[in-house]
Amino acid sequence: MADAIKALVVAEHDNAGVRPATLNTVAAATQLGGEVHVLVAGSGAGGAATSAAAVAGVTKVLHADGEQFAHGGAESMAAQVLALASGYTHILFAATASGKNIAPRVAAKLDVGQISDITKIDSPDVFERPIYAGNAIATVQSLDAVKVITVRTTGFDPAAATGGSAAVETLSAVADPGKSTFMGSEIAKNDRPELTSAKIIVSGGRALGSSEKFNEVLTPLADKLGAALGASRAAVDAGYAPNDWQVGQTGKIVAPQLYVAIGISGAIQHLAGMKDSKVIVAINKDAEAPIFSVADYGLEQDLFTAVPDFVAAL
Amino acid sequence: MKVLVPVKRVVDYNVKVRVKSDGSGVDIANVKMSMNPFDEIAIEEAVRLKEKGIATEVIAVSCGVQQCQETLRTAMAIGADRAILVQCDDELQPLAVAKLLKALVDKEQPGLVILGKQAIDDDCNQTGQMLAALADMPQATFASKVEVADGFATVTREVDGGAETLKIKLPAVVTTDLRLNEPRYVTLPNIMKAKKKQMDIFKPSDLGVDVKSHLKTLKVSEPPKRGAGVKVPDVATLVAKLKTEAKVI
Repeated sequence: MADAIKALVVAEHDNAGVRPATLNTVAAATQLGGEVHVLVAGSGAGGAATSAAAVAGVTKVLHADGEQFAHGGAESMAAQVLALASGYTHILFAATASGKNIAPRVAAKLDVGQISDITKIDSPDVFERPIYAGNAIATVQSLDAVKVITVRTTGFDPAAATGGSAAVETLSAVADPGKSTFMGSEIAKNDRPELTSAKIIVSGGRALGSSEKFNEVLTPLADKLGAALGASRAAVDAGYAPNDWQVGQTGKIVAPQLYVAIGISGAIQHLAGMKDSKVIVAINKDAEAPIFSVADYGLEQDLFTAVPDFVAAL
Repeated sequence: MKVLVPVKRVVDYNVKVRVKSDGSGVDIANVKMSMNPFDEIAIEEAVRLKEKGIATEVIAVSCGVQQCQETLRTAMAIGADRAILVQCDDELQPLAVAKLLKALVDKEQPGLVILGKQAIDDDCNQTGQMLAALADMPQATFASKVEVADGFATVTREVDGGAETLKIKLPAVVTTDLRLNEPRYVTLPNIMKAKKKQMDIFKPSDLGVDVKSHLKTLKVSEPPKRGAGVKVPDVATLVAKLKTEAKVI
């Protein structure tokens, strides 16, 4: 008889509270059918620990606090996870920039394979994950005693943020390995929803033609819809939109209720990032654009007239 | 300072792969193979470090089948000085590759290892971080800018919501994101020169590495198909359908 399942979710948080991706990851951990603990490692992260304890399905929160966790550095975070790892059968991270950065360090130190970007749990050791930009789905079985997993957040509906009442246990923080120094960050501040958890996304492609037009045409629509803004790789490469707006195989994977693709042709790498959206709208004057093959509603029109009309009609 | 650049041979990014009807994998027979695009960016960055006089030697490494020699020749045509192939016909998963690279790091003692953030076939995004852990080196993943000076690398990383900058002590591992650079075109004279450059070939056993699999692929299937919907004639119809039919606005 195998050991009882015990899952550790490594929380993503901003010290005040857990980020939405953590809720999806807890939801995946809950499906494994055992206890679900959440590690909150941060700097002044008491608020995040409290919010993690309230998440439905969480049975215990482990809170480690220290300056070395202030910026979520991979070396410190992995060391903290490894200090706890022996008690767990599953260690789960969200497949975000942060989770992808830390998880493989943990797996390698445990001498286990990592199962990246899972979209479905078939059993506690069998998982489904997309490969080749989502053009194939692999069903894989882990042969290791401990499963280190990153969870594609769009594959799991989020756990309820309230309703749980887990105990919070304080841990001593492991020492900083001291080989990496955080120098600064440029995080764009705006009132828009986060791209990966937005209900509506307005996304633009190279047909916008310039950074000015990208903003001038898409911002009013995003404002009207309360949407996040995204972009195709072509638009990002051309400098029309910031790097972290890129939706696609190697950018953000999104699955909003409504995805509005404007002037995006629909390369397979882009489709890989958004084809699980509930409703897809494509606006493109090229009737042959591959984006129309996945769009629920296609409007074959020049975007520079269609989008202002769209804004006016809302 | 030596720079080690691991490169992977993958199905070309323009190829839309087909799942085999028996569910055993994807059909890669007679399909165009290329260097993983992120690794090409890594080679370019390493060669630029050499051109700036920061790197003294750029060593390209590939782990896989014999045909990876072609990928390594491309790396040398871009500007790598020599190449190492760890030849193995068995499937190599990221942890096995990281162990092979760790053995080569011990042997070559590079100041920097720079490689792609993910391979576009298995989309794992693991190898660089695993190597960093095994070699006990700091890491800077998803790099959009790399500067090396005085025993440190200052790396701007693409993170959710923007960018952050880390200063890491060398030796270190850097993984590349798309906007780090634009790889140069390979010229014919450089292809000819690359043919004469040194390539050493090892087996995993020569490096004392066990390359066993940690994941077993049970089946590979087609993703659920998303059918095309309808074309709408005008914006008014679109808005009406989104409100009353799809009910998303």
